[in-house]
Amino acid sequence: MTQMTFHDAVDQALHEEMARDSRVLMFGEGTATKRKGLLKAFGPQRVRNTPLAEGIIAGTAAGAAATGLRPVVDLLFAPFLCFAMDELVNSAGKLRYMSGGQFSFPMVALAMTGGGWSVGAQHNHNLEAWFVHAPGLKVVMPATPADAKGLMKAAIRDENPVLFFVDIGLAFAPGEVPEGEALIPLGQAAVRREGTDLTLISYAKTVHTCLAAAEALAAEGVSTEVVDLRTLKPLDEATILASVRKTGRAVVVHEASRLCGVGAEVAALISEQAFDALRAPIIRLTGPDAPAPASYPLEQAFAPQADAIVAAAQQLVARTLEAAPIW
Amino acid sequence: MSLSTPQPGSTRLELLAAMLRIRAYEEKIVAFHAAGPFPNVCTSVGQEAAAVGVVSALRAEDQILTNHRSAGHLLARGADPGRMLAEVMGRSTGYCRGRSGTLHISVKELGVVLTSTIVGGELSLAPGVALSRAMLGGEGIVVCFFGDGAACEGIFHESLNLASVWNLPVLYVCENNQWQAFVHRKETMVGDHVAPWAAPYGIDSLTVDGNDVESVRKAALHAAAQVRETRRPFLLEAWTYRQRGHMEPHDQSYVDPAEIEAWMAKDPISRLEARLLAEGECTTADLEALHAEARRAIDEAAEFASTSPYPDLSDLATGVYA
Repeated sequence: MTQMTFHDAVDQALHEEMARDSRVLMFGEGTATKRKGLLKAFGPQRVRNTPLAEGIIAGTAAGAAATGLRPVVDLLFAPFLCFAMDELVNSAGKLRYMSGGQFSFPMVALAMTGGGWSVGAQHNHNLEAWFVHAPGLKVVMPATPADAKGLMKAAIRDENPVLFFVDIGLAFAPGEVPEGEALIPLGQAAVRREGTDLTLISYAKTVHTCLAAAEALAAEGVSTEVVDLRTLKPLDEATILASVRKTGRAVVVHEASRLCGVGAEVAALISEQAFDALRAPIIRLTGPDAPAPASYPLEQAFAPQADAIVAAAQQLVARTLEAAPIW
Repeated sequence: MSLSTPQPGSTRLELLAAMLRIRAYEEKIVAFHAAGPFPNVCTSVGQEAAAVGVVSALRAEDQILTNHRSAGHLLARGADPGRMLAEVMGRSTGYCRGRSGTLHISVKELGVVLTSTIVGGELSLAPGVALSRAMLGGEGIVVCFFGDGAACEGIFHESLNLASVWNLPVLYVCENNQWQAFVHRKETMVGDHVAPWAAPYGIDSLTVDGNDVESVRKAALHAAAQVRETRRPFLLEAWTYRQRGHMEPHDQSYVDPAEIEAWMAKDPISRLEARLLAEGECTTADLEALHAEARRAIDEAAEFASTSPYPDLSDLATGVYA
């Protein structure tokens, strides 16, 4: 185990995968400038700067992936993905199916998002659910440096296009990272804390908010389980359902806005498949239906806070203590 | 790889036969439309010389990206018209198992990498395909067919810029067919030609009479040789005409009849036939035989497609992920 930041963990994964497989290459806006270690190790053919043109970066990755390479592209900030939607959604996501399986698109698109740097809504927009909705794409958004490394390695080895979101608020947060292999399979959630009264389901920075809330709830005698989704697509339905069947209560927490967000999918899943286990309604705590503000206090308030999670948990627990379920 | 496409050195009669095959294929689709409900198709009638002229100048190791008006490129490359028609008709024997329909047929074994119906999609993918060629070795080049409409997309400029700064072996072929869906390019495009847009990106270009298959082939051999040798992009503009409406069923009510008449007089097939007859290379009977053979092959293809089964419904959502 080594202590390193989330950012360095991603870099280490890239190093290891590029050393392992000569078909892996990386390009993007400032990639060769900023990732000096990669450039030194693998040279300018495999580590490239690109124009500030997200459409052609993503399209070039799709074309290269279809014909033998395994590109990782850095599109910098998630809102810039709007310029690459056609290439990611219409080409990378659809053309495997549309070609009757003749072509595959093993590629990773990297983008940062979330509060932390006061960059405002054209650099910070948690739009990960858009890609969950698009067929053919996989979506990951890790919460820890170890997961960042393990999921990046798995994403590079996957035969499908993977959207890899880095939470800006976590980019320079340190954590323990295992040496060498230690892949985290795509589609596998992690139970970060076990509990029996309530499940908090989250991903990225709000996993840590949930863990803080769980600590506060423990002091009140509420045993809280925290599930970190890690991969948003494919979603680890089994882990979510097992936890909620055990606790009977669920709060879904994310920084992205509520409407048609990942939380809506998780809540619907629980309602459809674990209704009989529920002892209270499901609550979603999310960012508002608003562009992310730049002002630091507002930006910080955008994502759900620990006290709100504690309050929601208390509400669910109290409700079920006072009144038996109606079903 | 076995390709039935005419390779360098192809005879004029072979070029004619390849164009007749495309025309017969498109006319069969028109006939299907006339007979009853049929999937929408964008035909390439009138653009056969551009397709055959360019594709006949390619080698087996080269790769092609094309667009929604792709039947000519595919057939010239040697695609089986039966499997193409089956794809158009949504049958399981189609090249893409009925999932692409007419608009997105790709044929990996022939190097037809991807067909995009997002106008400009082929331009976004071409540099990446060429990057694979550049990094994985081989002599192959990448040919990207697009129209004057796609040239007005931002991605056209992004594609040329990147292919130039990265020295990628892409032969961009703009089939300027005068019409961008339902709008004449004069309304929506600065200038008449796309070729001049290459120079600011440091890319050489050539404009050719796209309705003269021999001129196209000569220009394409030159352009492909340059891309092969320099490993740098080149833009070839074929000046041609879409003889039918944007899509079937046919409608050109919005087109000036005088424009259609003028272009019909330059029909690529009639032109080559007239030349062959005038120069004594063949007789009227020879031409009739070629026409009959093209129709026969397409009739056979239509029979194969029509009698092919639809995909099983259990196939609906399979193969989305690898």
